[in-house]
Amino acid sequence: MADRLGELARRFTGLLGSDSVITDPVRLRTYECDGLTVHRTTPGLVVLPTTAEQIAAVVTECVRTRTPYVARGSGTGLSGGALPRGDGVLIVTTRMRRVLEIDVVGRRAVVEPGVTNLAITQAALPHGYYYAPDPSSQQVCSIGGNLAENSGGAHCLKYGFTVNHVLAAEIVTPDGEIVTLDALDPGYDLLGAFVGSEGTLGIATKTTVRLTRLPEKVKTLLAAFESTEAGGRAVSAVIGAGIVPAAIEMMDALAIEAAEASVRCEYPPGAGAVLIVELDGPEEEVAAEYAQVVDLCSEAFEIRIAADDVERAAIWKGRKSAFAAVGRISPAYIVQDGVVPRTALPEVLARIDALSAEYGCRVANVFHAGDGNLHPLVLFDDADPRAGARAEELSGAILDLCVRHGGSITGEHGVGVDKSRYMPRMFSEDDLDAMHRLRCAFDPWNLCNPGKIFPTPRLCGEVPGVRRGVHPLVASGEAELW
Amino acid sequence: MSGIDPELIDDCVHCGFCLPACPTYLLWGEEMDSPRGRINLMEQHVGGVPITPEMAGHFDACLGCMACVPVCPSGVRYDLLIEQTRAEVERSYRRPPWERALRTLVFHLFPYPRRLRLLRGPLRLYQHPGLRRRIRPLLPAPVAAMSELVPPIRPRIRLPRVVRARGERRAVVGMLTGCVQDAFFAEVNSATARVLAMEGCDVIIPGAQGCCGALSEHSGRAEEAARFSDRLGEVFTRAGVDAVVVNAAGCGSSLKEGSPLRERAAPLAFHDLTEFLMELGPRAERHPLPLSVAYHDACHLAHAQGITAQPRTLLRQIPGLTLREIPSGQTCCGSAGTYNLFQPDAARELGDLKAANVRSTGVDLLVSGNPGCSLQIASALSRAGVRLPVAHTAQVLDASLRGLSRKALRA
Ligand SMILES: Cc1cc2nc3c(=O)[nH]c(=O)nc-3n(C[C@H](O)[C@H](O)[C@H](O)COP(=O)(O)OP(=O)(O)OC[C@H]3O[C@@H](n4cnc5c(N)ncnc54)[C@H](O)[C@@H]3O)c2cc1C
Ligand code: SF4
Ligand code: SF4
Repeated sequence: MADRLGELARRFTGLLGSDSVITDPVRLRTYECDGLTVHRTTPGLVVLPTTAEQIAAVVTECVRTRTPYVARGSGTGLSGGALPRGDGVLIVTTRMRRVLEIDVVGRRAVVEPGVTNLAITQAALPHGYYYAPDPSSQQVCSIGGNLAENSGGAHCLKYGFTVNHVLAAEIVTPDGEIVTLDALDPGYDLLGAFVGSEGTLGIATKTTVRLTRLPEKVKTLLAAFESTEAGGRAVSAVIGAGIVPAAIEMMDALAIEAAEASVRCEYPPGAGAVLIVELDGPEEEVAAEYAQVVDLCSEAFEIRIAADDVERAAIWKGRKSAFAAVGRISPAYIVQDGVVPRTALPEVLARIDALSAEYGCRVANVFHAGDGNLHPLVLFDDADPRAGARAEELSGAILDLCVRHGGSITGEHGVGVDKSRYMPRMFSEDDLDAMHRLRCAFDPWNLCNPGKIFPTPRLCGEVPGVRRGVHPLVASGEAELW
Repeated sequence: MSGIDPELIDDCVHCGFCLPACPTYLLWGEEMDSPRGRINLMEQHVGGVPITPEMAGHFDACLGCMACVPVCPSGVRYDLLIEQTRAEVERSYRRPPWERALRTLVFHLFPYPRRLRLLRGPLRLYQHPGLRRRIRPLLPAPVAAMSELVPPIRPRIRLPRVVRARGERRAVVGMLTGCVQDAFFAEVNSATARVLAMEGCDVIIPGAQGCCGALSEHSGRAEEAARFSDRLGEVFTRAGVDAVVVNAAGCGSSLKEGSPLRERAAPLAFHDLTEFLMELGPRAERHPLPLSVAYHDACHLAHAQGITAQPRTLLRQIPGLTLREIPSGQTCCGSAGTYNLFQPDAARELGDLKAANVRSTGVDLLVSGNPGCSLQIASALSRAGVRLPVAHTAQVLDASLRGLSRKALRA
């Protein structure tokens, strides 16, 4: 293996130049994990390409030598999607961060994969546009990572996820070809398949995204409730009334405590939960909806309205920093990501409370209330070896709870390595097989980010020349080979 | 045992929010030259990996600009971490001979105002264009870089020990004269003293202050730093002041931090000039200065001391003056204490970026609150062929208070 990697390192140095290939073990180890630090593996090699052609050449070499490879953007993923392979190559896009084009008339931007989500908005703002999906990590996460994870954010309730804003992607396929997938292509929606594929169907090298016009009016309010149940009822009432706020976010008492400790957001004291509701659109519409929302938040004991951009930013600051802020009130924590139908929110939250007591772990809740995407943060002390295991169990139990209520094991952070073992709780063997066949169609050698998403290692049996004997579908007459 | 506190390392949750703030990550786009990556390197070392030349290289490449501190939602004390790490590097890593030689030179020169002043003669000679052309190619790269930064040598100004308040006295303060400021920017010190006096302060300027220790401290030489700051503490205590005004960002942030090693400076309260003036409130009349200026945030004021509003407010109070913001203003100019001496390439790149951003504002004058930044940006501007004067906040205030014309600022 060392020989193979050594040979690859020499080749890559020839292709990319020596300062774009990392072989020093101390340096390599800084790439050992993404935002989920419980899983760590030092990559065999790291390359820092600057062009699609370089990535294609690297992938081609990997295929030739049957070396696994993994793409990495900013390494903020929370499911271990960019976890490297000790016997493989990590392809890092952080030097590909040029905004290539802002096309105001066509309302689109063309960017390299390492461009951060926020950088697109910053480039578009002077023209009165922005890039709508806004993960909390927007100032640092890359658009390539966003595509891979189909990332969402607070404003996705109204505006949709990454997949709704990607118009085309140039990718390097797992056999080293550079192709462009366009949403307007006739036939199968291959772009749709690529977005959310967690780096297993190829590497995005250029992305065309939709730009959204800045709304005429934005109104942000912060409502403080005695309890999450009361907050949850307000959410259901708002959505039930047919209002689609740009965002409707909830934080519970513990999450508020963390945010206060971190950014001193000064939310109303004594709140069991706060709701952040943002309305945007034409002036009159926002005014009308705003009056309605205030009405529907009748259980709130305090409502604050942001008077200007500074106050709006202050309201959001607490929410956007909440994950990392939990580091202030707990030595360690797990960020969970699950989805439940919105109507099940109060019941699920009550159950999480009960589970938290049962396992003796504090759970802070931060979530996109509008679409039922929960982010329970399970707090524990990593100095106690048993606490980690307990937190892990509790975290799994919360996912079970989500699935039982007809929800999902991930809303936006992806499956990666972390949740592959939960896949069977949600999908049958047949479902997983169907997904796997799609994967094999792109990556017959199973080299592109292997070991992610699927619970057990699978091989692509359907590769010509590998399978021996007649395919069962052919034998049964359901399919034919041609 | 390593001198790096593992608990401080543990606070990092690897979220990456600090990456976009980091100038070296901006330059090179690689993990090992980001705050998160450097913390990983520290973790490796604490876990038993000896300091390798590669590791030391990434720590050395850190500007210590502290841009990563205020943006970290987990409150990671990177400032403490890098300080401990630098000390650890000095303790347990043997640098290659030429690096050692250069460091010895710098640390035996810069913290000693008297030695620095001795250099003024040869430097003035060196600044003769003909001589410079011939000598420069003979100098080793770091020394050449150093020589490029030196501003035109101007006559020395001797400050009196006491400058009396104009009008009714409102306060008595000590004033730090600094090393670089004293040797190369004496006019900034005299402007500072005048502004304070015109605002009603008795200004006490003891001689033989020496260095404040910041340069050594930011380079992992903790004991040397303590020696310097102890001596400084004594000098001011003997002079009978308990508040000291500082006009160099790097010195101010280091003196404010305090450390168990530096007992004798501890009882003194250190204030940045702008902070002090804002707390005092304006009294003297501001005369108009019809100028458009850009204010450069020195890292050790903005990130380390959280001082961004005070200098801007003071500038805006000057009638006729318009203040513009520099794009990407939070990114370090590459000066960072001794950085431009030890990492000339990176410092140069950052300086060029800053110069381009400053230039885009189209102002008549650049204002900065730190001598290192002024040297660095002025030299980057002149490299780019831009004629733009650079002044210290104190000089602009001084010009306005005295009713001088904009020409006094060379603008
Ligand atoms: C504090 C914090 C808050 C967060 N908040 C949110 C949130 O609100 N919403 C949300 O959705 N996520 C959130 N995340 C998760 C994370 O930021 C997103 O998943 C993001 O899209 C990852 O981007 P990245 O550049 O860091 O990708 P990485 O972590 O580097 O990689 C993520 C995955 O993408 C693949 N990948 C990377 N680049 C490419 C490419 N060019 N082509 C193909 N595959 C690629 C990798 O192989 C990996 O599987 C948060 C994370 C943190 C730490
Ligand atoms: S922002 Fe803070 S917690 Fe996040 S990676 Fe940087 S230092 Fe670590
Ligand atoms: S101090 Fe400055 S250069 Fe060093 S890691 Fe922090 S942001 Fe980067």
